[in-house]
Amino acid sequence: MSKAFTLALSLLSTPALADWQLNMNKGVTALSREIFDLHMLIFWICVVIGVAVFGVMFYSIFKFRKSKGAVAEHWHENTTVEVFWTVIPSIILIAMAVPATATLMDMYDTSEADVDIQITGYQWKWRYQYLDEDIDFFSNLSTPREEIINQSTKNSNYLLEVDNALVIPANKKVRFLVTANDVIHSWWVPHFAVKKDAIPGFINEAWVKVEEPGVYRGQCTELCGKDHGFMPVVVEVKSEADYAQWVADQKAMKLAMADEASKEFSMDELIAKGEGVYQGACAGCHQPNGQGIPGAFPAITGSSIATGAIGAHVDIIVNGKSGTAMQAFKEQLSAVDIAAVVTYQRNALGNTVGDMVQPSAIQK
Amino acid sequence: MATVDVDLPHVKDEDPHHHGPAKGFGRWLYTTNHKDIGSMYLIFSLSMFMIGGIMALIIRAELFQPGLQLVEPNFFNQMTTMHGLIMVFGAVMPAFVGLANWMIPIQIGAPDMALPRMNNWSFWILPFAFLILLSSLFMPGGAPNFGWTFYAPLSTTYAPESVTFFIFGVHIMGASSIMGAINIIATILNMRAPGMTLMKMPLFVWTWLITAFLLIAVMPVLAGVVTMMLMDIHFGTSFFNAAGGGDPVLFQHVFWFFGHPEVYIMILPAFGIISEIIPTFARKRLFGYSSMVYAVASIALLSFVVWAHHMFTVGMPLVGEVFFMFATMLIAVPTGVKVFNWVATMFRGSMTFETPMLFAIAFVVLFTIGGFSGLMLAIAPADFQYHDTYFVVAHFHYVLVPGAIFSIMAATYYWLPKWTGHQLNETMGKLHFWLSFVGVNVTFFPMHFVGLAGMPRRIPDYALQFADFNSMASVGAFIFGFSQLVFIYNVIQNVRAGEKATAQVWEGAQGLEWTIPSPAPYHTFSTPPKVD
Repeated sequence: MSKAFTLALSLLSTPALADWQLNMNKGVTALSREIFDLHMLIFWICVVIGVAVFGVMFYSIFKFRKSKGAVAEHWHENTTVEVFWTVIPSIILIAMAVPATATLMDMYDTSEADVDIQITGYQWKWRYQYLDEDIDFFSNLSTPREEIINQSTKNSNYLLEVDNALVIPANKKVRFLVTANDVIHSWWVPHFAVKKDAIPGFINEAWVKVEEPGVYRGQCTELCGKDHGFMPVVVEVKSEADYAQWVADQKAMKLAMADEASKEFSMDELIAKGEGVYQGACAGCHQPNGQGIPGAFPAITGSSIATGAIGAHVDIIVNGKSGTAMQAFKEQLSAVDIAAVVTYQRNALGNTVGDMVQPSAIQK
Repeated sequence: MATVDVDLPHVKDEDPHHHGPAKGFGRWLYTTNHKDIGSMYLIFSLSMFMIGGIMALIIRAELFQPGLQLVEPNFFNQMTTMHGLIMVFGAVMPAFVGLANWMIPIQIGAPDMALPRMNNWSFWILPFAFLILLSSLFMPGGAPNFGWTFYAPLSTTYAPESVTFFIFGVHIMGASSIMGAINIIATILNMRAPGMTLMKMPLFVWTWLITAFLLIAVMPVLAGVVTMMLMDIHFGTSFFNAAGGGDPVLFQHVFWFFGHPEVYIMILPAFGIISEIIPTFARKRLFGYSSMVYAVASIALLSFVVWAHHMFTVGMPLVGEVFFMFATMLIAVPTGVKVFNWVATMFRGSMTFETPMLFAIAFVVLFTIGGFSGLMLAIAPADFQYHDTYFVVAHFHYVLVPGAIFSIMAATYYWLPKWTGHQLNETMGKLHFWLSFVGVNVTFFPMHFVGLAGMPRRIPDYALQFADFNSMASVGAFIFGFSQLVFIYNVIQNVRAGEKATAQVWEGAQGLEWTIPSPAPYHTFSTPPKVD
């Protein structure tokens, strides 16, 4: 019954926003427009060849039918013609390859960047580290679960929205250093024409220089496991002044957070905070109800770690478990978040251990 | 193609040493007869086509609308992975081997395959390979979920436990393919009838000869790469593990060194089939026979030096990008030659449009569209925008479904009367063709658009702007999927009954297979024909 209801709801909530975009985005950088032009050039070359070849073919199909009394001729070779249609395509291809190579050389020129940002792919989120500033944060999908499972109407940025967007300045050459922490991901923003694989153990380079401020959205494009479809990229391009302000705000926030970590929290405060952290960071694998997925991701409910010694529990969240999908969360979550989620897991989701841990006790 | 003037030997089974088929299940288990084994390959391929097709429909049903409706993301990934593996290794490749088994000995005037017992063995290990692979769906942690290209470390460190069964299954399939290829080469090189020189061989035989060499060259590479995975997973090596000094990109290089020739393994025999069918129904000899042979050979050679065009975004050095871009674009030249030759064969012919010809014409048009998108993908800078989007999905489905699969259907309709002795039911054949033709295009053409608009592949849910074309593709997929029931009906009906077929079957058909009665006797060409 409820399943039928969800399905009916999903039918009703069919987006009014869907459109019929047929072609590639032109993008917002000089390079993306160059690539768009290459795309259109090769496309029209294909169209012309296609019209010619299919034209002759359909002409033959209509003209040389047995039912119209056509009698087959006997020739079956013609060296001149065969040489002609080997040489002509070769010339077209060389003509095509020249501008393509030039564009490629521009794409590979990552020198003299104004801002350097390291992008690290994690299952299933992005981490952005500003190498010249002390800024370092994670970017998670922020679409509510209810929208994904069709229990509420999908907003216009469905699956293309994050909690913390990457912020870059307009009119500056921004260099991305792309890598990964676990499996291979790929960082793609169509409007920048930047797509680079994020590979553990490697650092790939890409760059962008955006003229206009705005918000640009993309997605991970390399299959990276269960939630591959749920790790969007959002880039906010700000004017130079706004960007400077944003950098200052980030630094102030960081100080405030350090302050908070030394405070003493009550159990209720931690559990309440922990629920939000759990749904954001843990529920993807361990499931919103803590039951996990048998054979793939262990349950939290009744788990020997979540009901065992609290030290070991903190340790696995802080340091992860190597060789499994369990990541080290020490970089991703603040001390407050870790204390909260540990306390939550021990006292919710069907667990009733009754103890708690303070942020000050979290040794990162 | 050879103009064949044949001194017809006694085609009837008068020789007392020749027995008909054995009775019961033992016939199929112990058979060394190329026709029996060919039929088994084809039936196996059809059943895998159905299983892989059901998986495709599960994928398309989930993608009918945005949001998660039917399956969990993890199961969705298992479906995309298994669909790819089953269609490539279970449906397309065995179908071509089945056609090779049936037709190559007959087309070259040989009594059977060169190595009949190995032939039996190479078929009978296949069902076990796929049982192992399919059984992983019921294992804890589920089936392989890392895509049919199984990139490390997702397929090693982060894989479900069933990956070991997957590796074992791939090894068995590989062994089967290698044995099949050895058999085909040995047959073609040693058992041609007197007078059947290499340059007189039908193109289906030629394309298979070249395909068989590709198989021998690259299946061991696949075996190597899965063995390295096995070592990484169970024996503590770090071939693909960066933390241990290994290299995840190495996996992709090795995989695609196998993978790109594999793509041509799935299309070269199709070229052969189409080159048989178009001259028959145009009633005109194939235009440029020798340039066709050279084109196939050059495509096969080029396939070894283009593998990294699947990897333009991994961060190769600039010279690497440029080399693989140029090499890939070169492939368009021999491929273009083939298409031009087919069109030139139709030009000033005398055409009729029976079911096999309809599939062949659709092949030429739709495969060429897949070729065009392939040419676009070769342009490295533009590929940064296409890579791993639905544009790629559209591209390779255009070359594989209305390409490879349509050629297999064309071949089935073309040679079915020879196998069963019954004429085709053209009405039902055409019904199947038109449903498939519409279904295929409604399914795969919109994928070009969502891909260009920015939809990544292998995702179970998508942003709202992709919704309309995805619904359309899903509707098309169900039309295409269910229209294959018409195909199955047609084949079964043709086996059971039908108007008696003549030896010639098709008015314009040329070649040795049309000199023997329909249905083809259990043993043919026990005495070799003489080809002038």
